[in-house]
Amino acid sequence: MNFDFSDDQKFLKGEARKFLEGRCPIAKVRAVLDDAARFHDADLWREVAAQGWLGTAIPEAFGGLGLGHLELCVIAEELGRALAPIPFASTVYFLAEALLLAGSEAQKQAWLPRIAAGEAIGCFASVERPGALTEAQVQAQVTGGKLTGTKLPVTDGEIADVAVVLAREGGRPGLFLVDLSGEGVARETLETLDPTRGAAKLTFAGAPAERLGEPGEGMALAEALLERAAVLLAFEQVGGADRALEMAKDYAMHRYAFGRPIGSYQAIKHKLADMYVKNELARSNAYYGAWALETGASELPLAAASARVAACEASWYAAKENLQTHGGIGFTWQMDCHLFYRRAQQLGLVAGAAKAWKERLVTQLERRNAA
Amino acid sequence: MDFNDTAEEAAYRAQARAWLGANAPKRGAGGGMIGDEDAGGLKAAKAWQAKKAAAGYACITWPKEWGGVGGANWQAQVFGQEEANYPTPGNPFQIGLGMCVPTIMTAGNDVDKQRFVGPALRGEEIWCQLFSEPSGGSDVAGSRTRAVRADDGSGDWIINGQKVWTSGAQYSDYGILITRTDPAVPKHKGLTMFWVDMKDPAIEVRPIHQMSGASGFNEVYFTDLRVKDSQRVGPVGEGWRVSLVTLMNERNAIGGGASYHRQVMDLAASVATLAGSGIKDAALREKVADWYVQAEGLRLTRLRTQTALSRGQTPGPEASIGKLVTAPLMQDVANTALELEDQFGIIRDPEYAPLSALFQATLMSAPGMRIAGGTDEIMRNIIAERVLGLPQDVRVDKDVAFKDIPTGR
Repeated sequence: MNFDFSDDQKFLKGEARKFLEGRCPIAKVRAVLDDAARFHDADLWREVAAQGWLGTAIPEAFGGLGLGHLELCVIAEELGRALAPIPFASTVYFLAEALLLAGSEAQKQAWLPRIAAGEAIGCFASVERPGALTEAQVQAQVTGGKLTGTKLPVTDGEIADVAVVLAREGGRPGLFLVDLSGEGVARETLETLDPTRGAAKLTFAGAPAERLGEPGEGMALAEALLERAAVLLAFEQVGGADRALEMAKDYAMHRYAFGRPIGSYQAIKHKLADMYVKNELARSNAYYGAWALETGASELPLAAASARVAACEASWYAAKENLQTHGGIGFTWQMDCHLFYRRAQQLGLVAGAAKAWKERLVTQLERRNAA
Repeated sequence: MDFNDTAEEAAYRAQARAWLGANAPKRGAGGGMIGDEDAGGLKAAKAWQAKKAAAGYACITWPKEWGGVGGANWQAQVFGQEEANYPTPGNPFQIGLGMCVPTIMTAGNDVDKQRFVGPALRGEEIWCQLFSEPSGGSDVAGSRTRAVRADDGSGDWIINGQKVWTSGAQYSDYGILITRTDPAVPKHKGLTMFWVDMKDPAIEVRPIHQMSGASGFNEVYFTDLRVKDSQRVGPVGEGWRVSLVTLMNERNAIGGGASYHRQVMDLAASVATLAGSGIKDAALREKVADWYVQAEGLRLTRLRTQTALSRGQTPGPEASIGKLVTAPLMQDVANTALELEDQFGIIRDPEYAPLSALFQATLMSAPGMRIAGGTDEIMRNIIAERVLGLPQDVRVDKDVAFKDIPTGR
């Protein structure tokens, strides 16, 4: 029995934390938030690429480090903790994972080395309307290798070089790779809840599209891709939730009201204890998801859904109650609470809301019970 | 990460499995709450404990010096996992072996250690913990049971007072008792611990009829109970420090168990709502998912703890969350299940109530789970203070002589 990360993985996590504390202080996140013309921190992105993190789980043959998903998970946790304003999830959890999952040898050769080097930013363009990602959502069409349709919101769509797009071909959804520097692509900036992770509306008018994987397999591939992303995002959520708890704790220790620290009142203590419990449950569920992802276990669909549901709960609770613990100052622009509040929503919705993942979880339980 | 056993773990597991296969009961009711055992259940539990002790599977981590195996924490974990696969009798020894006897081993004298550790380990003697009082359930340091020196120069102590919520007191042979020896000093400083013989006629045990119908807890009355000074566990006035050993052992016994999500799903599939089958009810499905990630989160947290133990590390504070998660969860599960049963939910007759009235029984025992061994509120205080390091509440009773503390009466 060994249900923990290895010493090497913990060392990597420690190094990632040190690096991000130095290179991604909250002021850098704010700089992106405060500048409507910026959608990410390009300097940080280059530095993260130089660390090799983008290629963590990409095989060495394709220019990556050839490590595994467990290593990617520990980095994800630190990125979440730092609220890193970079397109890491879009590029690594979605684009690189889609290529590893369904890409041809040629597609992998074309894109994975560029991803690992920080030369290609990715995005995942799936939904078109409000509501969960169902087959009915997918109206974009690929005909004769040309994509037509509209996708929104597409996180990092503003800055991405290539998109993984869910679109119909011959009536059934497939997954496609679209080079966004080519013709027939229009981008429109969207105002979003978390401007440190920008999103765009992408309009395709006959843009060249290459299929990823088999025809008609789009929904199944998207599900598999979302499961992988759910685990990795859960680590970002746990990282952010832990830091929000630390913020709340620090504030509660030093803020006095009625002659004593507010952290000595049970109303605050119990709230923070609940945060701690949710964070621990989320962490344990995320670890299990990491194990399932790394080993390709048949438990992955259930483990990913559990990791996602627990992480969404922990991250939302920690973000909103951290702000509440701060009182009035927590509602100001100058205080950092709202950055965590924004990011909790962004991460909680970007791979599908907890509501949908709860349904996936129970469906998996029904299958297991029937077996 | 690897859920497979190491070679060493696998060898130990195989050995434990073989022994259990040959010795553990294949049929039986299994254990219930501590204190609920009848005479037959108690006899079966003692026989099982003796069998384990003879084979080296009782108190695996205790030092050999005191009759333990001197084994590692991971061995105890592995054996516990394997034992859980059998309907073994209840464990009325849990409080004694988990809390009372470790306290004796830490703070007691050598004569007591020689006398008590072996018989407890072999299941021959059962212990109870006499801490809570009517005037202070959560506030253990506020104990009012008095111990005063006899005035005959014998050095003996005379004890008067009352304890409450004592699990298994009705069949216990011995108990550890926290008493007030000096009411003139602040409350944490005037306490002293003793062990007592529960068969002494000066001790009266009265069962408490609980709302669940069971009577596992007791009131225990002490009327001029005379104990020898040699029965003192630790120095006079150090009872609080000694009791922390006991309470720490209690906290390490991570709570948490079944969540019944499977049973709720089966029930839901068998009943109708006005919108169709119960299992298709969206609100129920969301709840099942929430329960599952909590129960699963606890199971996995225990595996993290086990990993730390197997590496010889001290488990982190995550072990303290079990009971706080499980108890309210069980209450919510039971309430939701009864809603699904709709009008049938009021029936507690196992002949008519679905799943032999499992959820009715759970509903009626859940309030006790949320209170016993530290209420939800105390557990949150413990997490906030000991795990997160938040300040203690302002305590108006802290630097006041115990006799001057307001009681509201």
